[in-house]
Amino acid sequence: MSDCKLETKTFFQAIENEVLIGSRCLSCGHISIPQRYICSRCHSTEAERLEFVGTGKLAAFTVIYVPATEMMKAGYDSKNPYMVGIVTLDEGPRISAQIVGMDLSDPAKIKIGTPLKMTVIERGPEEQRRKFLAFEPL
Amino acid sequence: MTAKKLARGVAVAGVGMSKFGVFSDKSSRDLFVEAYQELRKTVEKGLSPKDIEAFYLGNFSADQFEKQGHLAPIVASWIGISPVASARMEDACASGSVALRQAILAIASGQYDVVLVGGLEKMTDLPTAAVTDALASAADTLFEIPAGFTFPGFYATMATAYMDKYHADPDAFLRVAIKNHENGALNDKAQFNQTIKDVMAGKKAKAEQKGQPVPTWETEMDFLKDSKANPMIAWPLRLFDCSPVSDGAAAVLLVSEDVVSKYTDHPIYVAGIGQASDGALAERESLTEVPSAAKAAAQAYEMAGISPADIDFAEVHDCFTIAEIMASEDLGFFPRGEGWKVAMEGKTSRTGEHPINPSGGLKAKGHPVGASGVAQVVEVWKQLQGIAGARQLPGSLRYALTHNVGGTGQTTVVHIFEKRN
Repeated sequence: MSDCKLETKTFFQAIENEVLIGSRCLSCGHISIPQRYICSRCHSTEAERLEFVGTGKLAAFTVIYVPATEMMKAGYDSKNPYMVGIVTLDEGPRISAQIVGMDLSDPAKIKIGTPLKMTVIERGPEEQRRKFLAFEPL
Repeated sequence: MTAKKLARGVAVAGVGMSKFGVFSDKSSRDLFVEAYQELRKTVEKGLSPKDIEAFYLGNFSADQFEKQGHLAPIVASWIGISPVASARMEDACASGSVALRQAILAIASGQYDVVLVGGLEKMTDLPTAAVTDALASAADTLFEIPAGFTFPGFYATMATAYMDKYHADPDAFLRVAIKNHENGALNDKAQFNQTIKDVMAGKKAKAEQKGQPVPTWETEMDFLKDSKANPMIAWPLRLFDCSPVSDGAAAVLLVSEDVVSKYTDHPIYVAGIGQASDGALAERESLTEVPSAAKAAAQAYEMAGISPADIDFAEVHDCFTIAEIMASEDLGFFPRGEGWKVAMEGKTSRTGEHPINPSGGLKAKGHPVGASGVAQVVEVWKQLQGIAGARQLPGSLRYALTHNVGGTGQTTVVHIFEKRN
């Protein structure tokens, strides 16, 4: 293995520093997010850490009115819904994230293809408060 | 990978299921006893429990739902078949079909001749939020759930991609709900044994009884688009786009072709099997289809030596209405982008050209997750035997397909069954 800094936790450590990371296969060039030790295209185990620019486009989304428990604790409910989506990064791969800074009053008006940039959102009770990956309009 | 034929023929010799619904006074093992008792009555020439050589149980998460691990030997004991080898299979909502598949492979290998397959889930002991969290553990809990996804949210996300790509009208999703409730109304095992019109009439009667203003809905669409009656869960999916939280059990008796005549003169054969896996939703090449479903189906068709046009009807995994529409394309019944149109046109109704979910599907029959894949085979067996009663499909039926999805498609299992005579 060329780079032992590809453990899952390094992704979250990078998010704490507001950096979005993945991996690039040194054999075939395939880019993965989250990072992978083993290339899903050519099966090579030679991979390097890659920092994404952090810009991309909205590929698909939803606005959630009945939240998961953690999101309920973060203050979301049917009157205060939140948006999650899948973002196609400019480098190619896709990632799931909360989408902030969008007008959610009429989800039908939200456009797939909307340019987005990476940000972070802090959630969780005080002692477990941490940063989560999010995207906002560019 | 080419689909090899099974090394030995495998047939369904009997089926049973509990009623699906909310049963606060029953534990999971009680539900399985109900399903097993029914199964024994359906084995034409009788089943001696001593003949059962192994028990494969599909169950997603009794650990979370009932704080009970190690479920298979407990259930085996409860139906009196200890000490047969008993194992639980878990692949989220596809657990039931995975258990079925492993039993098929075990019989085909020559190891066993008679295997009991179960599917079981008791979900309603927990409050809804805890059920949502338990189900969320079927997704990637490191990279998907922290984004805020719920299961309705995942399928809603696929729905927005689908609507964008094919300019689909979300009314098509509600049409799936109307159709599956129409079928479920004819299934006395269904959790929602009611058409949408029945639901509307019930709510109107209740309002009148309470002296409240009576809702003015005229059509099913009026009701389904009323945000008070049918609230948004995850845009564009509303409550009636979602399958319910359910308790239930189902059972299937599988036997080898070598011993089948001891049990029945009317077996239903396994003609093709397929299973495929995938990564998290965001990693897939397409968000408007379930790639593992298309791959599993291709294996099953190849093994059966037939094409999608040969399938007389299918029981598909309609955990959400959009899932049925995507399945109708993934399974090759309709071209990509046409699934929503044919749902609008009624082509998947019981009298349509490609009937889907005559049982009422997960939507109306209920979705006790580990039981769903096995319960699909219960419907296939009833329809192919011509004993489905008021919901019996017209015409002579030969091939039926089941499609059972785990998560958002990290697992899909497809089976094709054939009536030979």
